[in-house]
Amino acid sequence: MADIVLDKVSKRFPDGTTAVRDVDLEIADGEFVILVGPSGCGKSTTLNMIAGLEDISSGELRIGGERVNDKAPRERDIAMVFQSYALYPNMTVRENMAFPLRLAKLDKETINQKVDEAAKVLELTALLDRKPANLSGGQRQRVAMGRAIVRQPKAFLMDEPLSNLDAKLRVQMRTVVSRLQKQLGTTTVYVTHDQTEAMTLGDRVVIMRGGAVQQVGPPQELYDHPRNLFVAGFIGSPSMNFLHAAVADGRLRTALGDVPIGDRIRRQLDGADAPRELILGIRPEHFEDAELLDEETRRRGMEFDAPVEIVESMGSDKYVYFTVEGERATAAELEELAADAGAADFSGAGSNLVTRLSAESPVREGEQRRVWFNLEKIHLFDPASGRNLTLHEGRAAGALAD
Amino acid sequence: MAVETTTRAKLRWGLLDVIVVVFALVPVLWIASLSFKTSATLTDGKFWPREWTLDNYRTIFDTDQFVRALINSIGIALIATAIAVVLGTMAAYAISRLDFPGKKLLVGVSLLIAMFPQVSLVSPLFEIERQLGIFDTWPGLILPYITFALPLAIYTLSAFFKQIPWDLEKAAKMDGATQGQAFRRVIAPLAAPGVFTTAILVFIFCWNDFLFAITLTSTERSRTVPVALQFFTGESQFEDPTGAICAAAVVITVPIILFVLFFQRRIVSGLTSGAVKG
Repeated sequence: MADIVLDKVSKRFPDGTTAVRDVDLEIADGEFVILVGPSGCGKSTTLNMIAGLEDISSGELRIGGERVNDKAPRERDIAMVFQSYALYPNMTVRENMAFPLRLAKLDKETINQKVDEAAKVLELTALLDRKPANLSGGQRQRVAMGRAIVRQPKAFLMDEPLSNLDAKLRVQMRTVVSRLQKQLGTTTVYVTHDQTEAMTLGDRVVIMRGGAVQQVGPPQELYDHPRNLFVAGFIGSPSMNFLHAAVADGRLRTALGDVPIGDRIRRQLDGADAPRELILGIRPEHFEDAELLDEETRRRGMEFDAPVEIVESMGSDKYVYFTVEGERATAAELEELAADAGAADFSGAGSNLVTRLSAESPVREGEQRRVWFNLEKIHLFDPASGRNLTLHEGRAAGALAD
Repeated sequence: MAVETTTRAKLRWGLLDVIVVVFALVPVLWIASLSFKTSATLTDGKFWPREWTLDNYRTIFDTDQFVRALINSIGIALIATAIAVVLGTMAAYAISRLDFPGKKLLVGVSLLIAMFPQVSLVSPLFEIERQLGIFDTWPGLILPYITFALPLAIYTLSAFFKQIPWDLEKAAKMDGATQGQAFRRVIAPLAAPGVFTTAILVFIFCWNDFLFAITLTSTERSRTVPVALQFFTGESQFEDPTGAICAAAVVITVPIILFVLFFQRRIVSGLTSGAVKG
């Protein structure tokens, strides 16, 4: 077991593209860290560099305090689980799991004992004599995990290990991975493009975009206090709503009405080069049916009227979709996020608003509804840099803060 | 309805298959039949010999000429196959796994060799081999066989290597294998069907060759069977050696059949299934 330190690690390919740029990351011993981001953000390349399957162009990688830049994968003593599982098809499950031990030249008895132990933990004992071809996807996935844990390496690297499973099994395996990691207490770096996996699994999450780290922190912190537009849009499902906001007369003109701003935001907007246009972000759960709220709560927010487009009842809540008139929020980050979700060319006129209202709300499709939203939970972003203006000493403080 | 059409389709295809098989096999059976006939009944036009005899077989094995040619054929074909497969495996692995400068050129040139008309090379090869002193020797045939078999071997094998998921090699490295161990213990066993298929193809190519064998040999020292058949004569000038030639033709198909049967069991298709999700 060991800590992993990335010190200004970069990867440049011979054709001139930079896949990973100056990544600084300290992963503590026993920590479970998730690298997440849209495809092409450099998360897999980063993992491969830690593994030793890709060379490091510049920077330093230390595992357990020792520089390992020039060491072959086998000298780093770390195990990896691949997205494709990469089981050896000519070997049985037992042989697959014993392979790393046989290469380490352990004696037969120890090998058998270790394989049996690992098989027991992963409930593979009954399958030990089968070939990978005769296993289901979930079983293959478990064998791949077994091959990683069997030799008690310094660290586990997992490259989207669950993305080939169907949705139900994925949720189940998520808890298996989580429990296993806690049980073994081995440092783990886990790559995924699925923000739900990132939120649920890790001690800390690293969000990457275009080869650079955007923000590092515990899942809840990333959710509540996103440092920039990209992090805000990437974390959360359904994702944050973004609206265009024009700065005028000390207020923000938006499709939901004029939003008042507090002194702190005003000071930021006073400068000569301050942006005249902002992007306003609100999460779906910070909306509520105005009818259901008491006076005091209503004072902390703002209200608007809009026609209800679609109501999705989830039982515990209702997802209500509105279309509001007005200019759309535009920024490079938002386009990238839409492209990653596969919805780049799929949007009507105006802005779509997703809200999560109480199940008690009598809202119906087609009617006009009065909706309240919480001004303390609003984020304001600079469209040019993507920076979150409401963030103060790392905490989001809403638009009204003084 | 659907069932009826499929059974009818099956019947139609079955019939077609039978016709193709009969068409291909009749000449072979005819030769086999001729080889068992006595010289008196050789031209009676009957499919089944009226009088069975093993005389023809006795004749060919009595002559030193045929046995010697058989040994030449087996030796030359086996050596050429072994060398071509080993070299081809290494080249194909490099082509399918590595990006090196001149890779496209190499593949292109090897394709060019495969397409080059052999007949135009025969005279220069004859001259070269005489100068080098390897004319009418085993190496004199093995070398051109390897040259022409290599492109074939590289092509077949690189197709097989490309099917093997690269992740397996990475996994082996992560599990603590060196590059050599990864190749020997993970990649090579998976590539085995490809290697055996290639070996069969190359062996048949070498075994059947007539053009090089007739131009680059002159004596029994290195003459192979397809050529030796041409030099068959009867016991007297007036005797027709048809029966003996037919017997020899049957005999020389046996090694190929054995070779194919021996390796066929190792060609298990879909050996890589289960390695990766797919």
